[in-house]
Amino acid sequence: MFFNDEFETLPRPALEALQLKRLQATLERVYANVPFYKTSFAAAGVSPATVKCLDDLQKLPFTTKQNMRDSYPYGLFAAPMEEIVRIHASSGTTGKPTVVGYTKKDISVWSELMARSFVAAGAHKGDIIHNAYGYGLFTGGLGAHYGAEMLGASVIPISGGNTKRQIMIMQDFGSTVLTCTPSYSLFMAEEAQAEGVDFKKLKLRVGIFGAEPWSEEMRGEIEQKLNLSAIDIYGLSEIMGPGVAIECIEAKKGLHIWEDHFIPEIIDPDTGERLPEGERGELVITTITKQGIPLIRYRTRDITSLTYEPCICGRTHARITRMSGRSDDMLIIRGVNVFPSQIEAVLVGIEGIEPHYMLIVDRQGTLDTLTVQVEVSEQLFSDEIKVLQALSRRVEKEIKDMLGVTCTAKLVEPKTIQRSEGKAKRVIDNRKL
Amino acid sequence: MKVEQISIFIENKSGRLAEITRILGEAAINIRALSLADTSDFGILRLIVNDGAKATTVLKEHGFTVNQTEVVAVEVPDSPGGLSAILQTLDREAINVEYMYAYVERCGGNAVIIFRFDETDKAIAALKANNVNMLEGSRLYNL
Repeated sequence: MFFNDEFETLPRPALEALQLKRLQATLERVYANVPFYKTSFAAAGVSPATVKCLDDLQKLPFTTKQNMRDSYPYGLFAAPMEEIVRIHASSGTTGKPTVVGYTKKDISVWSELMARSFVAAGAHKGDIIHNAYGYGLFTGGLGAHYGAEMLGASVIPISGGNTKRQIMIMQDFGSTVLTCTPSYSLFMAEEAQAEGVDFKKLKLRVGIFGAEPWSEEMRGEIEQKLNLSAIDIYGLSEIMGPGVAIECIEAKKGLHIWEDHFIPEIIDPDTGERLPEGERGELVITTITKQGIPLIRYRTRDITSLTYEPCICGRTHARITRMSGRSDDMLIIRGVNVFPSQIEAVLVGIEGIEPHYMLIVDRQGTLDTLTVQVEVSEQLFSDEIKVLQALSRRVEKEIKDMLGVTCTAKLVEPKTIQRSEGKAKRVIDNRKL
Repeated sequence: MKVEQISIFIENKSGRLAEITRILGEAAINIRALSLADTSDFGILRLIVNDGAKATTVLKEHGFTVNQTEVVAVEVPDSPGGLSAILQTLDREAINVEYMYAYVERCGGNAVIIFRFDETDKAIAALKANNVNMLEGSRLYNL
């Protein structure tokens, strides 16, 4: 099932010809309207005319989050403010947020790509979409909302928070599709259990989870606890918001990135060189239809790989593999690169461990220390110290075996690790680097 | 011959023991014996109370991880060598003691010691065969 049959299955040669045409038009647009690009192109000795084929894209300089911050708030907009109908901003964890603006056409493209994503995930007209992504400056809520409406589904704009009410509404309104962060879905499952609500009796069929990296193991956990098919969605406000890429329910193997609107590349984050198909590196995206704030070679900091292999679903668009994390989230502990999602995968693999954890990184003298806090569930608890100590040692050993990093596992009381109703906070880094 | 013990997981944070005893006190549960095993990070509080089921329920309601285990209350002569004789019996029978602690009240002239064995039934049989007295839960709670 497709939302836009023609474009989702466009043969590659036609797709690539369309990409080139749209790329060239975008370059002209930013060169003429955004002083930043005029300057950065000049500094790199390039101009829109440099790009004669898609491969020439690599000759252009990158755009970074820092460039966006430096242009705060509207410096990178390529359309006059009177054409901007919506403004969003990313959560500014460090300093000022990054601001993005959408024209009417941008909103309509975004809605279509989100509608395509819903269909790819197995949703359809007639579904009741329980949208628990936050509404507001964050793109999640409104992005999914407009897509659901364009699809013609019934959308419940519940936003995040007030979990008890969420569960009541899912029960009473007969929600069939859930959209939220993966960590929040597990929190809902926990709350439902405490309330004596059985997810198996709800009508939920599909969950579309994104906005934070999660693991294949966590998918298994969510599917079992919420009794639905869990689909990974990818997006970022700088590029658009949710719906940049999504898994198809047919394969659940990699996320199709809508290539008639975005050109993905994978680069080595250290050298900036483009990497061949299949190799892991940093995802770089160029928007080729955006009007409000088109970005050329935007460094997402997300680590993934790219494949152009045909997919069983029939879509011709390339797939990115599940994100292993953001290069921003990556912790370097005693020289070892560690993504919180890798630790999560290990923990979920241990019978009885709850998928709630916190990583605490510190430095003692010159040595980094990693403490993994794990909640003691009833299933794991024993009246014997040696059993609990063996559990700690098992966690430590499995993390060491899988990731090569030494850690201390610390057992904590249940429900004491902070639950999140949006993006989960998994790391406390106390190092003064 | 088995006695019900409840165990509670506690983090090494100030106020946790006070919290548990407050909850039990408010539920009118009487603590009859206790032992606290601790490591640098966490501890396990083991209790014999007059109403194990109720204690478990109220503690769980307050978010504690609780489990129930069966232990054995053994009467030990209150004289030099009393405990040693019992431990030697257990050793002969190759029964491991996981941990043990003393009960608050005496039973007649004897002390009462709570034992957690790796094989509870085997231990009870061995102690019986050697004429060691054990106390029923119902009797223990009312000492």
